[in-house]
Amino acid sequence: GFKTWKSSFACLISVKKNEEKRNLSLGGHVGFDSLPDQLVSKSVTQGFCFNILCVGETGIGKSTLMNTLFNTMFENEEASHYQNGVYLRPRTYDLQESNVHLKLTIVDTVGFGDQINKEESYKPIVDYIDTQFENYLQEELKIKRSLFNYHDTRIHICLYFISPTGHSLKSLDLVTMKKLDSKVNIIPIIAKADTISKSELHKFKIKIMSELVSNGVQIYQFPTDDEAVTEINSSMNAHLPFAVVGSVEEVKVGNKAVRARQYPWGVVQVENESHCDFVKLREMLIRVNMEDLREQTHARHYELYRRCKLEEMGFKDTDPDSQPFSLQETYEAKRKEFLGDLQRKEEEMRQLFVNKVKETEGELKEKERELHEKFEQLKRMHQEEKRKVEEKRRELEEEMNAFNRRKVAAETLSLSQPLKKDKDKKK
Amino acid sequence: MKKTTSHQGPEVITSFYGNMADVGKTPVARNEKTNSEFGYVGIDAILEQMRRKAMKQGFEFNIMVVGQSGLGKSTLMNTLFKSKVSRRSLMTTEEDRIPKTIEIKSISHDIEEKGVRMKLTVIDTPGFGDQINNENCWQPIMKFINAQYEQYLQEEINIERKKRIPDSRVHCCIYFIPPTGHCLRPIDIEFMRHLSKVVNIVPVIAKADTLTLEERDFFKQKIRVDLRANEIDVYPQKEFDEDAEDRIVNEKIREMIPFAVVGSDQEYQVNGKRLLGRKTRWGIVEVENTAHCEFAYLRDLLIRTHMQNIKDITSSIHYEMYRVRRLNENNTQPNGQTAIHANSVPEHEVLSHEM
Repeated sequence: GFKTWKSSFACLISVKKNEEKRNLSLGGHVGFDSLPDQLVSKSVTQGFCFNILCVGETGIGKSTLMNTLFNTMFENEEASHYQNGVYLRPRTYDLQESNVHLKLTIVDTVGFGDQINKEESYKPIVDYIDTQFENYLQEELKIKRSLFNYHDTRIHICLYFISPTGHSLKSLDLVTMKKLDSKVNIIPIIAKADTISKSELHKFKIKIMSELVSNGVQIYQFPTDDEAVTEINSSMNAHLPFAVVGSVEEVKVGNKAVRARQYPWGVVQVENESHCDFVKLREMLIRVNMEDLREQTHARHYELYRRCKLEEMGFKDTDPDSQPFSLQETYEAKRKEFLGDLQRKEEEMRQLFVNKVKETEGELKEKERELHEKFEQLKRMHQEEKRKVEEKRRELEEEMNAFNRRKVAAETLSLSQPLKKDKDKKK
Repeated sequence: MKKTTSHQGPEVITSFYGNMADVGKTPVARNEKTNSEFGYVGIDAILEQMRRKAMKQGFEFNIMVVGQSGLGKSTLMNTLFKSKVSRRSLMTTEEDRIPKTIEIKSISHDIEEKGVRMKLTVIDTPGFGDQINNENCWQPIMKFINAQYEQYLQEEINIERKKRIPDSRVHCCIYFIPPTGHCLRPIDIEFMRHLSKVVNIVPVIAKADTLTLEERDFFKQKIRVDLRANEIDVYPQKEFDEDAEDRIVNEKIREMIPFAVVGSDQEYQVNGKRLLGRKTRWGIVEVENTAHCEFAYLRDLLIRTHMQNIKDITSSIHYEMYRVRRLNENNTQPNGQTAIHANSVPEHEVLSHEM
């Protein structure tokens, strides 16, 4: 098995291990510096997928924020507040900007926070996320697979909408985020931030972050390991959670038309950084870290799901003798097991059928016997009757015979008697 | 979605036969993110993000050279990568002998150009075609290639797997055809017929400076006929052309295959310029001059325009085919024992033909 393969390649592998890896300086322009361009060009042809999950109460502004972020009016009917459960509504759109094609999926949580009993509210969300992982895993495990054409529906980012109460997180928020933090990248945002004053907002943000930390909720950290973006990302990390305002309406401010919300007391401008953090959110989510979000989803959250799922299914990387297991060996074993089960079930069914047949046969036989008995009985009765009748007939016949005999006797007697009488007369 | 921004996407190298001068690429300076630009969302910023990520991760490229000794394989590798990448350059003198069997030796280098880092692995196959009896000479090479696929597959099916699976799969195999000027020899056909099914093969006419241009054209034509007659699909394979644009570019390449190359790591002064070349008594063969030989076309194909595509075909087609074969063979085993047959060629040969 694996051992023989390994040993037969020991020489090759050891040669490879002894290979010298050297840092070589090039004597001229070779041209592989075009590789990143080649890679990007291929990605452009393939197109990109990005999937956003919006979790928040009904009416908190999820749809409006999506419209504002992507500058597109996504079709959205207002959701009712009377759903008897939470359900997830994914919608996919094809967007294009310059030469980039984006397949954007926005998943809305309809009915979140509306029920009286919210204990199970997080479940449909977790299930949806897991299902997308499961679908990808299934594709990855297929024999003939096409991962390169696969429409990736795994959730890359969960925007968690916090109600602008100004006090603290709701327990529903904490529970939900805690259930989600090991499965998806979470960015918490304060919705409808124009209802909070600046000083309250500052306190609110600090309260939220400390509650998240003390409850061990892992939110997405903008990556700081690439010097190109360390600065901007680390400064943005300090502004979490982002306080956003969404609007697709244009209001004239000065001589420009800007997206804003108009109140009698003033105009809240969406893209004004002193009014709200919308620009920060767009910057982080789309312009700086979109690729990292996709990568984290695949390399961390998906890998965790896959590992747990495979372990749950009984696969291991090494068997008790710590020889690496071939996944295929385990596949084969599982398949045999399954076929065995199938056979057993078949057997069971067959047995059941046979038994039923026997039963019915028995019943039929019983009925037959009864009928037979009845027939015999009737026959006997009939015989009895016949015999009686026969007897009567015989009796009758006998009587008749007796009578006839007497009659004949009497007649004979009367014949001889009249002669005597006549003699007497002639005298 | 309204799009009013005027900024360009990254420059994309689509023209293959542009000027052969250095197409030095600097990443296009990204346009300032003007917040006042109404309607600009910034989705195309993902391209820059991808590029950044790729630069950080670096690239891997594994290239194999196959051909009899003396055909200039090492020199060509050195010329391609403008440095002493071949094993030969590092060898001490006692190793310079023809081995009794085919050996597979690989050597890796970390090279860098304009911030782009690459781990280049050159895999040499000394002994190929050098024996008296060269039967089945392709087998050890096939074994090696399949072993790389196997290694990757094993990593991939682990439960705990690495963030980035090290890619040792052979992306490209350069096959050196001796410049006989006639046609392909049986060993050439045998090798390419078997290996073109599992790896990208780029055939080249070695030491092409021994052929005149007419002889070269005639030879190339004969070779193409031979390849077609034996149903050998060399890179770029017709069936993997993605779209019409691709096909046009690739057809031009297919019309030139095999490239007639000359390698050299010596520079000479020609017309006031220092050029790579081979000095003979009747002139200097300029390696990078397309009027002299087709080295520049080969370099552009392998490195400047199609490197990513070569890797993609390896991972999404050749590797996947190996994986399918491998997973299917496990299911058809009568016993549960999986003797890993990844390298025992005879059984696979049957299977690969069935595909």
